Amino acid sequence: MDLHRRDFFKVLGATGITLAVGKELEAAPKVKNDLEFHGILYDSARCKGCRGCEYDCADANGLPEPPPNKDIKGLRKPDDKHRTVVNEYKTSKGIVYAKMQCMHCNEPACGAACLTQAMTKTKKGPVIWRGDKCMGCRYCMVSCPFDIPKFEYHSPNPKIEKCTMCFETRVQKGELPACVENCPNEALLFGTRRELIQEARRRIFEKPDLYYDQIYGEHEAGGTCWLYLSPVPFKEIGLNTSIQTASYPALTKGFLYSVPSVFVLVPALLLGIQQATKKDNLKNESEDE
Amino acid sequence: MNSSHIISADNDGKSIRKFLLRELKPKGKWLTPFNIISIPIIILGIALIIIRFWKGIGAITNLSQEIPWGLWIGFDVVTGVAFAGGAYVITFMVYILNMKKYHSIVRVTVLNGFLAYLFYAGALLLDLGRPWNVINPIIGNNFGVSSVLFLVAWHFLLYMIAQLIEFSPAIAEWLGARRAHKILSGMTLAAVIFGITLSMLHQSGLGALYLMAKEKIHPLWYSEFIPILFFVSSIFAGLSMVIFEGSISHRVFSDQISNKNHKAQHGIIQGLAKICAGTMFVYFFLQLLVFIHGKHWALINTPMGYWYLLEIIGFVLIPMVLFFYSYRTNNAFIIRLASILTMLGVILNRLNVTIIGFRWDMAVRYVPSWMEIVVTLTVLFTEIWIFRWVINRLPVLRESPKWANEEKALQKPAFGDKHQRA
Repeated sequence: MDLHRRDFFKVLGATGITLAVGKELEAAPKVKNDLEFHGILYDSARCKGCRGCEYDCADANGLPEPPPNKDIKGLRKPDDKHRTVVNEYKTSKGIVYAKMQCMHCNEPACGAACLTQAMTKTKKGPVIWRGDKCMGCRYCMVSCPFDIPKFEYHSPNPKIEKCTMCFETRVQKGELPACVENCPNEALLFGTRRELIQEARRRIFEKPDLYYDQIYGEHEAGGTCWLYLSPVPFKEIGLNTSIQTASYPALTKGFLYSVPSVFVLVPALLLGIQQATKKDNLKNESEDE
Repeated sequence: MNSSHIISADNDGKSIRKFLLRELKPKGKWLTPFNIISIPIIILGIALIIIRFWKGIGAITNLSQEIPWGLWIGFDVVTGVAFAGGAYVITFMVYILNMKKYHSIVRVTVLNGFLAYLFYAGALLLDLGRPWNVINPIIGNNFGVSSVLFLVAWHFLLYMIAQLIEFSPAIAEWLGARRAHKILSGMTLAAVIFGITLSMLHQSGLGALYLMAKEKIHPLWYSEFIPILFFVSSIFAGLSMVIFEGSISHRVFSDQISNKNHKAQHGIIQGLAKICAGTMFVYFFLQLLVFIHGKHWALINTPMGYWYLLEIIGFVLIPMVLFFYSYRTNNAFIIRLASILTMLGVILNRLNVTIIGFRWDMAVRYVPSWMEIVVTLTVLFTEIWIFRWVINRLPVLRESPKWANEEKALQKPAFGDKHQRA
């Protein structure tokens, strides 16, 4: 036998190290998740309702100017001309303002719904729309739990309008989104989602009387890049609280995963049945003769 | 020998161009009641479609930011495709289970299914805001493979091709193309197997489209089982359509149908009624299970609850009992009545999921505009026109030409056709 004890231990040791180190190396990129989404923390306790962000948004995205205060009656929603709106709510703690726009979900329903990936989640975090891919089927609008994508019904060349977090015009160049940059009350904060959650927790911890003890968007719809802090329960400032905490694309996963197995099993089964019934036919034939 | 020569040679030496020109001309009377009603509606519909492409979808529809899919998707596509399900059920019975009894209705059912898909895909184009990009998911300008709609779109396209192959021997017989007929007939089984698989997936896929709209659909109609319910109901929806359409065709096109097939019709309808009764029982049971699992007892005593009960009892349970009863009593009238009730029930179910139960909590509800209804009727009437044109020319209801049957007998000497020769 050529293999000595010492050699054996050498090999064993080398194998062990390789296995241990190799495993660690392979696992390393998984631990260091390179998907670090950016988002915006909106603190409605700081918002004074000046609606400056609405004007900045319209200006930055070439949309018509929002209506002046005196023309506003009741609550508004974003539409095909306005990507964001600030509403005034009479709550249990007095008047509170709340900004509404796309939540930029971590796993967006609109993105999973889109059959051309026109609606797409960028690696940086914002969910954007690409006109050269979109065919205008509006399935994103059906799927979005926040009712955000808006469609230009009165245009022969309609676009889908929604907040893009100024991804292509500003964020990609290292600038802040228009609404964040110009907010005079520091109600908006741009950063990585991880930092924003920490900051939100810090604010709640420091002023427990001021804040409602929850971050809207931390778990809603599987987590969103926009995060909300509020002095009152979120329902009072018009946020949808019936949103599930699991991601919305997960709802169709089961169906989509069944497709390949159906495609393999059903034709085989059908061919089998066809052959079986055919044979029966043959047998009858020979009996007849 | 060039190809046109082959075709003309196949067509018993006649020129193919002259033949096509002759066939394109209308046959029969012009001023029938159907024409008098349908022609003005089609003209009006075309005008509305022009306005739609000129001024945008909002110009003729009542769609809103909250309700982006209306009558054109909920009725034309989702309901229409359920009714076109007869084609995959009948081809399954005839080609896979080898039930020769139903062979005489295969062609007309497949033709119906093919035209239905062709026109509903057309209706889908009207509803697309940017239809020039419709080719993107096909040519691969980004495949959205995580989308149920991507699956449905591809399946529509592939299934239309499969159905065209299934129907193509009839076209070959019409043109007198014997060689093509032989090749195309050989492809039928593959097309059938492929077609059934595709149908299973996209019939359920149409339901799966609505899975992400979890909070938007009334809880009595939303469940994770929508795809299964849509698939099972497409079986009896399609067969009820076959029964209904068959009883009309046998009156309108009675001159085309041979005596033998006329007599066989009753037996066919009875067999289909049996299958309807069975699948409806399964469907009813599934609905019951979904309801019990959903724990929605409290919702029954609301207006939407009564509406739900009307659908389940009035248009599933009652027609199911009628189908069972007709099978015992051998009554064709009851079968037809049951099939009409079933069809109404399927329309109700699809509209409840897609339109009536969709955002049922909104203050302003979606009601289709008259223009949307006219465009829907235009699509439907145009389809019937094409259907009639094909029936009057191709061997769909009438018997195939002699040479086609002889070829079949020669191809498969071992099987059932041998009886006919002997």
